[in-house]
Amino acid sequence: MTIVELLFLLLGAVVLGSALLVVTTRHLIHAALWLVVSLGALAGCYLLLSAELVAWVQVLIYVGAVVVLLLFGLMLTRAPIGPSDDLDSGNRLLAAGVAVATAGVLGVLVVRAVKDASIDLEASGARAGTAAEIGAALFRSWVLPFEVLSVLLLAALVGAIVLSRREDEALQPDQVGP
Amino acid sequence: MSLAWPALLAVLLFSVGIYGVLARRNAVLVLMSVELMLNAVNLNLVTFDVWLRDTLHTGQVLTLFVITIAAAEVGLGLAIVLLVYRNRSNIDVDRLRDLGEETGAEASQWRP
Repeated sequence: MTIVELLFLLLGAVVLGSALLVVTTRHLIHAALWLVVSLGALAGCYLLLSAELVAWVQVLIYVGAVVVLLLFGLMLTRAPIGPSDDLDSGNRLLAAGVAVATAGVLGVLVVRAVKDASIDLEASGARAGTAAEIGAALFRSWVLPFEVLSVLLLAALVGAIVLSRREDEALQPDQVGP
Repeated sequence: MSLAWPALLAVLLFSVGIYGVLARRNAVLVLMSVELMLNAVNLNLVTFDVWLRDTLHTGQVLTLFVITIAAAEVGLGLAIVLLVYRNRSNIDVDRLRDLGEETGAEASQWRP
């Protein structure tokens, strides 16, 4: 077992442990903070897999933006600070059964399929996932999907604004009518 | 490094996300669990991109796209959650039954 493999296993344990805490903790705010730990450790896994740019984008967008958005959502819906007992619905056992079954089926399938394969991190080169490599691929081969994605972001922005606009503002033109 | 470890980690992370989506009741917590599932998919994409040594870097580029789409999804999802909260002062997903069939006592208490 190489040092990279050992580090990956440790980071994977952190990812899984904090992910379990996200879905089981009784504190709403703690769930968002454990999500930061989980996603940050996953960024470390990306670094070990030599995907540098993806790791930093993960830190910037997931840890930076998405978790802050989620915390805003929790605050705006008046999340209680202390522990709350009604965060889980009645079908916890059923959900645990489905999750264990999924993990069993997919885990056995995946491990049997790839158990002999190994990633040669040295041969894939130190430049495999740098910003220069990914940037060149993104703006040469994938520039059209990239542009389509910007249109999608614009549509999501407009949609969020339309959804969160208050009703009374929307109704004002009718109120000045006859 | 053996390919089995990242693949197994992705599978387990996905299962944790499934548990969260099914067992949680607060809509924001359900959104967090969806993020966990998306991250499991991202880990798979990066892993197989590095394993196959793709010269076009399809996997990593698609991961960047998925991260962007996840950000847009969280923005829209939270707008919808806030709208629900404004209308009925709670965001428990198992109490949003207006589109379900009426089942006696379970029938929604809220009428527009």
